[in-house]
Amino acid sequence: MSVLQENFKQTEMTTLTEHACRIKEMLRQGVEKPYKYVIDVSWGDPHILGVKPLTFVRQVLAACFYPQLMDGDKLPVDVKQRAQKLLSWCEGNSVGSYTNTPGITEIIHCVAHFITQRDGGVPSDPDNIWIHSGSQWSLANMLRMLVNSEGSPRSGVLVPVPCHGTTPLSAEFLGAVVVPYFLDEEHGWELQIEELHRALESAQQVCKPVALYVINPGNPTGHIQSRGSMREVIRFVLEKKLFLLADEVYQNCIFAENTEFVSYKRVLSDMGPPFSDTLELASFHSASKGFLGECGLRGGYVELVNIDPPAMKFIQVLFNTSGCPPVAGQIALQLMADPPKPGEPSYPLYTNEIRHLSSTWLGNMKKVEKVLNQLEGFNCQPIKGGAFAFPRVHLSSKAIQKAKEVGMEPDTFYCVKLLEDAGVLVSPGCMYGQKEGIYHIRFCILTPEDTMEELLRRMSGFHLQFMKDFS
Amino acid sequence: MSAARIGCLSPGKLVRLSWSRGRGDTLAISRGCCGGVAVVRSLTSPHLSARAMAGLSSTRCGLPKESVTENGASPRGKVLTIDTMNPTVKMVEYAVRGPIVQRAVELEKELSEGRKKPFHEVIKANIGDAHAMGQQPITFFRQVLALCSYAELLNDSTFPEDAKSRARRILQSCGGHSMGSYTASQGIDCVRWDVARYIEQRDGGVECDPDDIYLTTGASDGIVTMLKLLVCGEGAARTGVMISIPQYPLYSAALAELGAVQINYYLNEDKCWSLDISELQRALEDARRYCNPRALCIINPGNPTGQVQSRKCIEDVIRFAAKERLFLMADEVYQDNVYAEGCRFHSFKKVLFEMGPEYSNTVELASFHSTSKCYMGECGLRGGYMEIINMDNEVKAQLTKLVSVRLCPPVPGQVLMDLVVNPPRPGEPSYDRFLKERTSTLSALAEKAKLTQEVLNTVPGISCNPVQGAMYSFPRINIPEKAVKEATEKGQEADMFYCMRLLEETGICLVPGSGFGQKDGTFHFRMTILPPADKLKTLLSKVKEFHHKFTQQYS
Repeated sequence: MSVLQENFKQTEMTTLTEHACRIKEMLRQGVEKPYKYVIDVSWGDPHILGVKPLTFVRQVLAACFYPQLMDGDKLPVDVKQRAQKLLSWCEGNSVGSYTNTPGITEIIHCVAHFITQRDGGVPSDPDNIWIHSGSQWSLANMLRMLVNSEGSPRSGVLVPVPCHGTTPLSAEFLGAVVVPYFLDEEHGWELQIEELHRALESAQQVCKPVALYVINPGNPTGHIQSRGSMREVIRFVLEKKLFLLADEVYQNCIFAENTEFVSYKRVLSDMGPPFSDTLELASFHSASKGFLGECGLRGGYVELVNIDPPAMKFIQVLFNTSGCPPVAGQIALQLMADPPKPGEPSYPLYTNEIRHLSSTWLGNMKKVEKVLNQLEGFNCQPIKGGAFAFPRVHLSSKAIQKAKEVGMEPDTFYCVKLLEDAGVLVSPGCMYGQKEGIYHIRFCILTPEDTMEELLRRMSGFHLQFMKDFS
Repeated sequence: MSAARIGCLSPGKLVRLSWSRGRGDTLAISRGCCGGVAVVRSLTSPHLSARAMAGLSSTRCGLPKESVTENGASPRGKVLTIDTMNPTVKMVEYAVRGPIVQRAVELEKELSEGRKKPFHEVIKANIGDAHAMGQQPITFFRQVLALCSYAELLNDSTFPEDAKSRARRILQSCGGHSMGSYTASQGIDCVRWDVARYIEQRDGGVECDPDDIYLTTGASDGIVTMLKLLVCGEGAARTGVMISIPQYPLYSAALAELGAVQINYYLNEDKCWSLDISELQRALEDARRYCNPRALCIINPGNPTGQVQSRKCIEDVIRFAAKERLFLMADEVYQDNVYAEGCRFHSFKKVLFEMGPEYSNTVELASFHSTSKCYMGECGLRGGYMEIINMDNEVKAQLTKLVSVRLCPPVPGQVLMDLVVNPPRPGEPSYDRFLKERTSTLSALAEKAKLTQEVLNTVPGISCNPVQGAMYSFPRINIPEKAVKEATEKGQEADMFYCMRLLEETGICLVPGSGFGQKDGTFHFRMTILPPADKLKTLLSKVKEFHHKFTQQYS
């Protein structure tokens, strides 16, 4: 059985979503259920859950698509100015033109500036940034560089468990061996360096590990790495001659008090040589997560650090063959990197919207922890950031037995029941990998406030009943 | 039948894609060994030093430095180097955006800095990018996109009602009524239904199942995805893919990256770049000696060659594919770009189904379309679709998994694709304007196609087939032997040398034929017919003048 099959049981979700579609159809036809609609929190997608897009972002986008909108007084002045500026960066003043394959040059400069500011002045070179159709596409391109598809032994990529499914799947498609390392649930999903050593050693006989993939803040785990942990990872990566792939797409999703996001690049720079001038790093970010939540526009970027210049040439070729990144996604990235400033007409509304989302999501997070940890059989590690809660569910042997009888993973069985009985669609922990005999569910917490209240109400009621039924 | 189909579709790859039958990646996991051992290493960090910062910023220019690990032991080179990187990536070249374009960008910069050049502007006729050349977008399309972006505009009375109702319908099928939500990886349901209905209409009623439609990030995404699914095997069993020469370099680049064998078949320049079955047969038989040919790619209307295939030719190709058991990949992104009298676009699917069940039930076909060409020219939105016919269901499941890695195609591109296949209808408020804009764009292109071939054919030493369709002319140019020699000395292809000189002297940016492939000893360039008419005229007369001068200089 392959590592993927064993650890990331992704087909489970297909069954669940198909089931959800059937239930939605039944509801449409007026079939009586204890609920009127299905709450689908299985995706990390705030818009799908009813969170409103940021007005400024959508106004600029609309004006770029249809510049005639700038003639009237329907849009604030700074929106028009921004749209005009963006269009002047497009060939023929149209978002319908191809752009350079790394992205529109001026937008890349904005992103570099954003990174520099984020990292307290650590310089960012625009030549090292590539915008692409979402961060996962960039990640796949970097893996394509690193994974020797014809090599023997095969290339290995270290991937955390639990982990969202896309990265291991990309690695597997390219012929790499996925080498899992387990995050430490009891300690708030910390990444323990001893575990990295163990994982690497276990891989030695099977493959040649070339890269370490980390995701911080975590998906599905919602943890945030400390600087100390990151320094250890960096030392490990340097010592073991690996390439560091740092997925930092949730960097704006930091809600817990007294926590901050620190980028790997920043820590690397703080550590000084030999780390800062040697360690090869690719850091990924995107317009899909955080306050923008513009998943559908497909805008992500990768920043590369310390790449060997001759290899850089081929990275360029590789990105070239996949064509230019979607322009709407590039615009979203620009607006993320350079939001309205104090004094500009859109600033008050923009900050209000951000503040509202931020306090809503912080509130959601606290409610989730509180409500779930009060329920017998639930155990939720502190959520520090990211888009998800990933609580552990303690299932009785009776429930596990029942799941076996119907041919399901125990947590999938729990999810199916939750969907059927309470109209809540979450994803089972077995999709992300977990230790044997331990079960989880994952759900998105970036919802409007009332959705979260309804969700927790339904979940609590269901859980109590489930525990009773299978006690 | 179905087993045969899987067989044709890369069993090796299938095994690799399928989790249940992984290819030996049975890495045992010892569980439960990440206990909470306290970390006792000192974690004090040095302050941010200027050196550290310089190290981070100078990565591009500096040579890789050999460094010493903390314990002062082993020197450490780069992990990712030319020697350690995936070797197949090294095989990739991409002509359309090669050195000529880079030089053109430099020249533009120099001009803007006030440097003296023998020209005032750089004219780019190297890439099929209509809007960059001043083609105006279709108003209706952009109105709907604006409405979908900023739904408050739905209350705005200046937008036509049909644009609003179209936007409402699309938003209804987006998660949370937002273009910012992920969609299914295969694309939004209602868009796929509209695409299916469009194909049925286009093909005179031949049925189309929305489940066979995959929305893509431009057509190239679909093409590369299909190739990934097809390529497998080692040595003489390695997948071979037949592509036309001249070809669009996306194909050669993708095949190189996948390590597949590229099988060239030559189009017949003397017969207006037509496709001869005997040539297909020759190429196939040659290739069978060293690889396993599985797929045949056709671009119709042609890029870079601008020919439109006859119905008869398509029928022959289908028969050939059926006989030789090849998977057909029909790149039909220029389906609305047909200019020459007596030429019509025939889709492979339509012809396939008109040939009867013997073919329509068996021949596997993928057809590609996009929002980037035709009268739309919306390259930047990255919209496209592919239709997959007669693919085995198990393989289709693998395809679905493969596309899921990219999560979903960009939603604005999906929205636009929907509008392209479901434009305003007679009687709707936007219909007249839409029709006017569409017609004027297409007829301007037709005129420019004609103008291009006429002018080029008046130049001694240049001969040009009619531009029947698509957006390009691919004229043959005579390059004097002396120039060929000089180019060879410089390590350049002769037509690269020619195009570079043309760029330096006139500011005109074209792509040398060698980037597309051509018969040995012949030289070409590809130019688009997209510049506005007055610019195109200037361009053509400058090319004429340059060619004359160049020929004299080297004769």
